[in-house]
Amino acid sequence: MKRSPFLISAMILGYAFLYGPIVSLIVYSFNDSRLVTVWSGFSTKWYGELLHNEQILSAAWLSIEIAAVSATIATILGTLTALVLVRFKQSRMRIALDTVVAAPLVMPEVIIGLSLLLLFISIEQLIGWPAGRGQTTITIAHSTFAMAYITVVVRSRLAHMDQSLEEAAMDLGAHPLKVFFLITMPIIAPSLMAGWLLAFTLSMDDLIVASFVSGPGSTTLPMVVYSSVRLGVSPEINALATIMVGIVGLSVVIAGRVLYKQQRSSLAKEI
Amino acid sequence: MMQRFENANWGKTLVAAVPWLWLGLFFILPFLFVLKISLAEPQLAQPPYQDLIREVSDGVVTLVLNFGNYQLLLEDSLYINALLSSIKVAAISTGFAILIGYPMAYGIARAPTHWRLPLLMLIILPFWTSFLIRVYAWIGILKGNGLLNQALMGLGVIDAPLEILYTPTAVYIGIVYSYLPFIVLPLYATLVRLDESLLEAAADLGCPPIRQFLLVTLPLSLPGLIAGAMLVFIPVMGEFVVPDLLGGPDSLMIGKLMWSEFFSNKDWPLASSLAAILLMVLVVPFALLRHMERKHEEMDQ
Repeated sequence: MKRSPFLISAMILGYAFLYGPIVSLIVYSFNDSRLVTVWSGFSTKWYGELLHNEQILSAAWLSIEIAAVSATIATILGTLTALVLVRFKQSRMRIALDTVVAAPLVMPEVIIGLSLLLLFISIEQLIGWPAGRGQTTITIAHSTFAMAYITVVVRSRLAHMDQSLEEAAMDLGAHPLKVFFLITMPIIAPSLMAGWLLAFTLSMDDLIVASFVSGPGSTTLPMVVYSSVRLGVSPEINALATIMVGIVGLSVVIAGRVLYKQQRSSLAKEI
Repeated sequence: MMQRFENANWGKTLVAAVPWLWLGLFFILPFLFVLKISLAEPQLAQPPYQDLIREVSDGVVTLVLNFGNYQLLLEDSLYINALLSSIKVAAISTGFAILIGYPMAYGIARAPTHWRLPLLMLIILPFWTSFLIRVYAWIGILKGNGLLNQALMGLGVIDAPLEILYTPTAVYIGIVYSYLPFIVLPLYATLVRLDESLLEAAADLGCPPIRQFLLVTLPLSLPGLIAGAMLVFIPVMGEFVVPDLLGGPDSLMIGKLMWSEFFSNKDWPLASSLAAILLMVLVVPFALLRHMERKHEEMDQ
């Protein structure tokens, strides 16, 4: 096809718009000056200060714990939901589940956070659990909104996989549970991994829901970043951002290459 | 054989029951509590609201519903203005996101096949990095002595720094930037299926490119366009981080107002009634989104 100069320049500008801010964050994390946007020489001192900031380190550790547990719960729940949506026969319940599980994808986080907090308080008044709010309540909240994303990811893989292997195993008398673990799961494993990583990042990133359902003593990384950002720009936050962008960028590139090699043939057929 | 069949049915029920139970308990039930607390009276205690069913006088237990919160929301122009301004911000940002996102999605869909996946990955990648940090990056760019002003003054375009940070413009930039991937992905999904022979036929019949776009491409991409627009519009209606960090103190949006009613004023019942009203407003765009997604799935099959 002919290349339209309008399309190409629109794409270059669009990608510049997406990546310009991220690049500026990274560049100025190596700035010597405390004034983030005035360049005064190369330095890595903000990374050093970051490593000695106890508050940021403990918040980061709490966030990682919550993200790992909630991503695991969400992967299990999201996979079950995807199975119901793809493999079960059409019914009203299935359509209803489809709508309910899609809602957290777009629901404003202030509503999710407030509603879960009110739920936790009411349950606690009734049965005494969860006693106070903190790591457990944040983990439950994150599992709930992340399962929607995992459902989307796993569902598209399930819908596109070849079902004849499953059918063959069933015809040979394998128990459905065995079929799932021995045949379905290895086939959809890349999407389970991608979904888990997505849920992990979503949890690591969440400020709003966590602020509503956390309690004293459970401050997550985004909560620390937010309170520091409200006071203005700080080169330490730039350094933290660079580390996070680096980890995410690296893992996405690696995962992308693995997936790309595995699925090049099938994807080429699809698109 | 019968035994086996029944076992499978039991298993199926169990598989369906787990997500239903979780979503029922942690997603549907909480909304009922929002409705309940929105009808409660605030009090200075922990938790800061009164029970709906309580002893009014000696031994008389009744249900006390307080519609005062909703009355306040309707009477005080602050809340109605916040709702209207949220709708305005969400609508304008969605418009700009379409203007920037449509050419990108179209460009990716028309790119050589081996280019499409890397280009798509580049759209998704920023979504994987922290939202908070991406919004934070704009503070350094937009502030008085920030990168944008330095660049513009260095180029001699302007003499004095522009004041962008803490204005509505900054809020629009931040929102369009954060939500751009949500419009590009569904649009790409519909545009990539577009049958190019339709465009060739139109061209052969003498249709100029602009009319080809307006009469063929645009109508055929409408499902993806509307789905993408709703994926931006709905969450932006309740957006808090962007107006809080990039907007001025007078930037009025319902998500920000809910946050301050809850965290600063500790008025949980009022925050709940705001949430209830926001939910009701969002039902229509959500139904539209679901409708478009179902259409897309049917096309898939």
